[in-house]
Amino acid sequence: MHPAFSVIFLTTLIGAGQGLFLALYTGQFYSVFKLLPAQDSVHFYAYGSLLVFVLLVAGLFASFFHLGRPERAWRSAARWRTSWLSREVIVLPALMGSVAAWGLIHFMGWNPVLFSLIAGAEVDLSLLVGGVATLLCFTLFLCTGMIYACIKMLQEWATPLTVINYTLFGSASGFILATAFAAWQGSGIVNFLGGWSMVLTILAFLTRGASLFRNARLKHKSTLETAIGIRHAAIQQKAQGAMAGSFNTRHFFHGASKRKYKSVKWVFLLLVFPLPLLLLSTGLSAGVPGLLVAAFLVQYAGLLMERWFFFAQANHPQNLYYQTV
Amino acid sequence: MKQLALVIDLNVCVGCHACVTSCKEWNTSGTAGWMADENPYSKDPTGTFFNRVQTFEVGQFPNTETVHFPKSCLHCEDPPCVPVCPTGASYKRESDGIVLVDSEKCIGCSYCSWACPYGARELDEEQKIMKKCTLCVDRIYDETLPEQERKPACVMACPTEARLFGDVNDPQSEVAIAIRESGGYQLMPEWGTKPANHYLPRRKASITIHEDELVRADNPLKKERKLPMPDDKDPTLDEITSW
Repeated sequence: MHPAFSVIFLTTLIGAGQGLFLALYTGQFYSVFKLLPAQDSVHFYAYGSLLVFVLLVAGLFASFFHLGRPERAWRSAARWRTSWLSREVIVLPALMGSVAAWGLIHFMGWNPVLFSLIAGAEVDLSLLVGGVATLLCFTLFLCTGMIYACIKMLQEWATPLTVINYTLFGSASGFILATAFAAWQGSGIVNFLGGWSMVLTILAFLTRGASLFRNARLKHKSTLETAIGIRHAAIQQKAQGAMAGSFNTRHFFHGASKRKYKSVKWVFLLLVFPLPLLLLSTGLSAGVPGLLVAAFLVQYAGLLMERWFFFAQANHPQNLYYQTV
Repeated sequence: MKQLALVIDLNVCVGCHACVTSCKEWNTSGTAGWMADENPYSKDPTGTFFNRVQTFEVGQFPNTETVHFPKSCLHCEDPPCVPVCPTGASYKRESDGIVLVDSEKCIGCSYCSWACPYGARELDEEQKIMKKCTLCVDRIYDETLPEQERKPACVMACPTEARLFGDVNDPQSEVAIAIRESGGYQLMPEWGTKPANHYLPRRKASITIHEDELVRADNPLKKERKLPMPDDKDPTLDEITSW
């Protein structure tokens, strides 16, 4: 498939936004049960949610560049019963709304305690709204992943690993950003967030490694024999019906050289996993927020390349019809 | 249920591209708007087509065979492009099984083209909406046309009658008989899309002749005469047939 930059930015930006929200909410959730110190409502939660909101809006903005007719985008919420794309279109604004509400509750201090649990933990309004937003975060990861995983013709994508990878990549980059944000705020939960960032990055390495391993051994179901229905071991295309390309040749081939394709894979493996881990561990032990910001930026750059490779690796069966001019 | 479709006979297609040009001529003034044609007379011409004829060479020299392969939307009975569409612009008609794109609803996200394993859908570079074969839906029901012309433009144009059009679910139709009796098959059956369009394979006019069929070795029954009375010394099958 031809990697579209609109979709690469959409998935990486909203992924980081979702992960950042999950990190902030995890901090709040733990503090309710007195496992972590409570953070400042305005400076930590409200400003943090603003950052989440900015990332989600930037992702949504990028997605419009994918559409041929962006002015009709509102129509895309119609077929949520069958289309994962439609579901994503509904869940993303819902998440943006609930994150905004959560941030506003913290900013304005409209946070009445609704009820208390037996353990003495007080459940306030923001905890409930944040819980809804957390569910929406995971639903959005599911929708984004399923957009790719539900197309069985693209065998490289049609695996549960796709959904797991989207979830873990988004969470890892969001948690690293949360670590940097907490360090900048001088918060006491930097090490907690940093630790989870490392765990998520390592988990993402394992699952992405598993999908790379799977795809390297993939046997494609369609062949030139099934494509034109002629049982013969030696079939060659001589003409594709157009001399100078078509939508089919532009949209379904990545068009990069073999060398570029391979180097992108190794560069993203370096940028997404070992380098951020190194920067995180030195940043946390030395207490330098700059290194934590660098960890996020390095991993985000790696994720852009990872997403490029994710598209480029997918081999569409229609390519069988477009082998030679 | 009615399912209109094309049956394409690869045995007689000569790869003349008449179906391609007549398709474009008819459909560029169709309801979904014109079909883009960029740089038609300069370097890198490109454009939207509902139908393309490709050419494949089967076998290795000198035992090769050239197969011309017309390719358009197969109007699948279980079209994977329809459920993925977020707007409902991509739909399959209940009444005759034609898969269509509503040009007013399409947002040009190309997601349906990802789901189609055949590459039958093309995004129009000028209108930025998805285009595909309509089976000339604006032609086949047009009562102002003489009845024999109520067929897709490609079928009308084919000089070798390699393209048949009809309801594949009607056992008495020309297309159903062709599929049944001439070995009609579907493309990429592995995806379970159940394409309605079928292809008829290359067929060789050959029969098997054994050597003893060429030379009349003997005529044991002496065809022109009555059967002779066997000699009573001849070997017999059993007592019943001997006398």
